[in-house]
Amino acid sequence: MTALPFDSPETPHAHDMGQDTGRGWRITNRIVIYGLLVLFAVLYLMPLFVMLVTSFKTMDEIQGGNMLALPQSPTLEPWAKAWGETCVGLTCAGIKGYFWNSLKMVVPAVLISTLLGALNGYVLTKWRFRGHNLVFGLMLFACFIPFQSVLLPMATILGSIGRFGVTLQNAFGTSLGLGNPTVNLVFVHVVYGLGFTTLFFRNYYEAFPSELVKAAQIDGASFFQIFRRIMLPNSLPIFVVTVIYQFTNIWNDFLFASAYAGTGESMPMTVALNNVVNTSTGVVEYNVNMAAAMIAALPTLLVYVVAGRYFVRGLMAGAVKG
Amino acid sequence: MSSVATTRPVLTAERDEGIRPTVRSRLQEALPKIVLAPSFAAIVVFVYGFILWTAYLSFTTSKAFPSTNWDGLRSYEKLWRWTFESSPPSSWYTSITNMGIFGFLYVFFCLAIGLGLAILLDQKIRGEGVLRPIYLYPMALSFIVTGVAWKWFLDPGLGLEQTLHNLGWTSFHFDWIKNKDFVIYTVVIAGVWQASGFVMAMFLAGLRGIDGEIMKAAQIDGASPLQLYRRIIIPLLRPVFLSAFIVLAHMAIKSYDLVVALTSGGPGGSAWLPSNFMYEYTFKRNQMAVGSASAIIMLMGISAIIVPYLYSELREKSR
Repeated sequence: MTALPFDSPETPHAHDMGQDTGRGWRITNRIVIYGLLVLFAVLYLMPLFVMLVTSFKTMDEIQGGNMLALPQSPTLEPWAKAWGETCVGLTCAGIKGYFWNSLKMVVPAVLISTLLGALNGYVLTKWRFRGHNLVFGLMLFACFIPFQSVLLPMATILGSIGRFGVTLQNAFGTSLGLGNPTVNLVFVHVVYGLGFTTLFFRNYYEAFPSELVKAAQIDGASFFQIFRRIMLPNSLPIFVVTVIYQFTNIWNDFLFASAYAGTGESMPMTVALNNVVNTSTGVVEYNVNMAAAMIAALPTLLVYVVAGRYFVRGLMAGAVKG
Repeated sequence: MSSVATTRPVLTAERDEGIRPTVRSRLQEALPKIVLAPSFAAIVVFVYGFILWTAYLSFTTSKAFPSTNWDGLRSYEKLWRWTFESSPPSSWYTSITNMGIFGFLYVFFCLAIGLGLAILLDQKIRGEGVLRPIYLYPMALSFIVTGVAWKWFLDPGLGLEQTLHNLGWTSFHFDWIKNKDFVIYTVVIAGVWQASGFVMAMFLAGLRGIDGEIMKAAQIDGASPLQLYRRIIIPLLRPVFLSAFIVLAHMAIKSYDLVVALTSGGPGGSAWLPSNFMYEYTFKRNQMAVGSASAIIMLMGISAIIVPYLYSELREKSR
């Protein structure tokens, strides 16, 4: 987990295409390169731009107008409507409730899976036992499975847990959260996120000097003391990477959300957004749809803008191991 | 760290406890395993156990509800038969054909655009810090948001087509998103838009990691820039190609949300991928056994790509 080399653009390795050719050729060369780069930048920005301007337009302006044009009389109405009034299925109370649902699901899921990943990574690097590689291999493969292959059994188990929750509710007046869709999703995301968080911390702690741990051990520090006093204070970067990675993944998840909380009050943001857009009653309010999509995208975009470097590092760690 | 040094030395602790290891010290010894155990157990049960469960269901007569009636390979035979049912196409035929088209084009274009942009960005570009995040931000969006944005953008009545009509190019037609033969290509477009920037980042990191000495030597030998890239740099990027391919291929097989959000499955399910097939058959068409069989086939597809890769990675590490 070294810093990505491309974080410093002026590296000596930058490979110049037109080193010792003529001056005129060199200028044309530069123009073509910059032209292509800017063209692609425009292509990448286009959908976001269209989404953004559309969300500030009135419906009249959308129907007659050019999707690339800036709004003539910008209005916040669509945003307000998306947040507080638009219909998700049959309930018309906006997407705000679903936004909070997502948040209530994401925060505990991220914290629990990250902390467990840290402990697992610590054990798998500093307290190795026979077969540690097999254990890691099995956890690693779990990152890559198509979730379709566990979707149905999990639905069955969550169903039984839910029925048990109802029994508890009837007997003692509390279900202890069993059967609550948000709790279910937290559980599911922790379980299926463990592989990634473990991978991140394992690779990070692999490079952490074992001598420090050995020295502390000889001094009599316990397993948890070493973790708390030595590992944790040195883990900030990987914590940031893992939290961002998990946050983005869980916030953006749609498959689990639609399978286990696909209807009713407790759906997460992604499912609600999909329902808003596909609600076919009456006139389709594109500006409201776009505002809703922007609201759904904002948390992860914000994370990307604030901590883009760590975001990329997380993606790469998930892709290129070591 | 000083606090660690002042704690009681471990040797005295052992002397206190005598020759026989006490329960306490045994517990201390087992502690790391105890800490790891819940996570590992969760993975074993909820990943591997559930995969076996899904495999079991695929051998039963399960329809709307899980059943334990053994039905042998019937579901797989069905899928096998559907594999060749091309006119009219069965849902499975559509799904796997789409998988082939989408998988190939998605991986190919992401690699091509990613590599191209990385090479261009590696030419001592002013403003690289501005351009790089622009190529990469789509990766932070959810597939649902991407789908909604592109659905609007590609809608013939509202988006690109309408805009070009308004600008005077009235003969322009682009209705792929409503056309059952072309809808899968719109999924490719949106998918490539989302992931190619990430591939660019991988290639760029790879390019910046190449030893500058090799380049200088080649230039002194009179290699043209084109030769330099074709003969030296791109071959050196082989590991990046491999990682990018693995990531993209496995993302392609897992793709599900994008099809739902962008096309709602396409006209008559014409945009389905196997993941959509699985979801629909399992949860909407009450054919749980067939759905499970398709999930197992997906898993085998991903395993064929991932297992050799992970195996070689882990073996290399332990050496």
